Amino acid sequence: MELTSEEKDALNGKQGETLQTAYRILVATGEATNADRLVPIEWAHLSGVNYNTIGDAGEEFLREISKDARVKVKTTVNPMGFDFDHISEFKHIDDEFVQKQASIRDSYIKMGVDPTFSCTPYDIFDLPEKNTQVSFAESNAAIFANSLGDLKTNKESAFSALASAITGKSPYSDLRKDEITTPMTIRMKMDNPSELDFGMLGFFAGKVGDTSVNISGVSKPNRRSCKALCGGMGTSGTCAKFQFVDSDENTSEKVDFGKEEMNEIFDELNTTDKGDLITLGSPQLGLEEISDLSKMLKGRSFKKRCMVFCSRAVQNQARNLDYTNEIERAGGEILSDCCTCLTPLIDTNETDSVTTNSIKGAYYLKNSTGVGVNLKPLSKIIEDETQ
Amino acid sequence: MSKIIVQGKAQGTVLKTSNPINFLGAVDKQTGVIRDKKYDIFEKSIKDSILVFPHGVGSSVGAFTIYSLKSHHSAPVAMICQKADLTVASGCALANIPMIVVSTEEFDSIQNGKEITLDTKSEKIFN
Repeated sequence: MELTSEEKDALNGKQGETLQTAYRILVATGEATNADRLVPIEWAHLSGVNYNTIGDAGEEFLREISKDARVKVKTTVNPMGFDFDHISEFKHIDDEFVQKQASIRDSYIKMGVDPTFSCTPYDIFDLPEKNTQVSFAESNAAIFANSLGDLKTNKESAFSALASAITGKSPYSDLRKDEITTPMTIRMKMDNPSELDFGMLGFFAGKVGDTSVNISGVSKPNRRSCKALCGGMGTSGTCAKFQFVDSDENTSEKVDFGKEEMNEIFDELNTTDKGDLITLGSPQLGLEEISDLSKMLKGRSFKKRCMVFCSRAVQNQARNLDYTNEIERAGGEILSDCCTCLTPLIDTNETDSVTTNSIKGAYYLKNSTGVGVNLKPLSKIIEDETQ
Repeated sequence: MSKIIVQGKAQGTVLKTSNPINFLGAVDKQTGVIRDKKYDIFEKSIKDSILVFPHGVGSSVGAFTIYSLKSHHSAPVAMICQKADLTVASGCALANIPMIVVSTEEFDSIQNGKEITLDTKSEKIFN
């Protein structure tokens, strides 16, 4: 990779250890993605905020680096482990967790990030103009940005996005170029897919696709299903972009996604037919989804605990528009700054199984949290779990 | 032909898997034990190994997992992949774990359980 003399100096430590580390990461990721140089980026979105995922080593690393690291571009951040406004309601979360999570939050704020604590930055801000280079680490957000937002990003890692935030640069990898080759079309064979089906389609595409896939046989669905597709795809593979196409003629590889493929994924992630509680969100719900949910819940109440995850910004908008009243009246708990994936709010001592419509959520509930998973589309959750 | 992603030198026993690795979901960040039953190295520890795997998948936070493994002295001493991905590349870059990408033929030729040395400055990078 060709670096400018200023970049070389930084890599050699002439601008301090923090920038040296940042450039070392950018060079490694540049080599990994066949980039020949670095390009400026306008927006970074960081992952690695939840104490549950980054642990003590991560907390210490951020505390150390935040002493002198400052972000150079607009930088948003992923969810934390819990919602500080509701922490007293979750007695099983110990003081150490709360303290470490606060330290992580403070380190990021010290570095100058916008404290969004959301996996859906695209639901909070207007997107910049077409083809703008950004650097998004949250996988669903990177896929959304490339596929539906007309932006350019790698499926960044927590560290490559942090390095981009601090330097304002990212490797000019293949995905950032105007023309990218997409060798595979996935032929959607299921009629009237729900958002759960789109999540499974994404999970399948992530497994079989490389960096970019075409999807035929279905037109662009509603936002809930688009987000489910992005979330599923980001969880299972390295694929960072999809596009809906009318025909599969332009690609050499064609793979069907039908009943058999779908059942296989369902059986991998669905481990029980009943949940102790329900979670909605992963990705966090946007304003439109909160509005839909409030309409679906009219005159109904949840029969069991239901956690509804959305960003703080979306919650504030929803409160102003009165969408939250109906959800809270129905027994839904609206939680912000955190999400289904790896939240300590769901604990194996108190919960055996969770009902959700999120494939991304299901993967982490099953493999990381260690609880049973009951998958259902939202319409079926409302039908079965409310009265 | 090998490609160097992170420079360095290491010696260890190959732990090889045919499964792409989701570091956040499948690896215990303190002990290095694989905890996803779907992996062919389920319940094995990647600690001190030369970890040979196709590529990383899944959450971008996996880079922190690699850093955490290093901090807990549970990281592999080197990683060899078939395809580079940003999570593994950046995690290894920060944690100073040598990492290379090799061709399919080279990947196939590496045997599980074999003692090998890896040196990115040497002419023959690993043997």
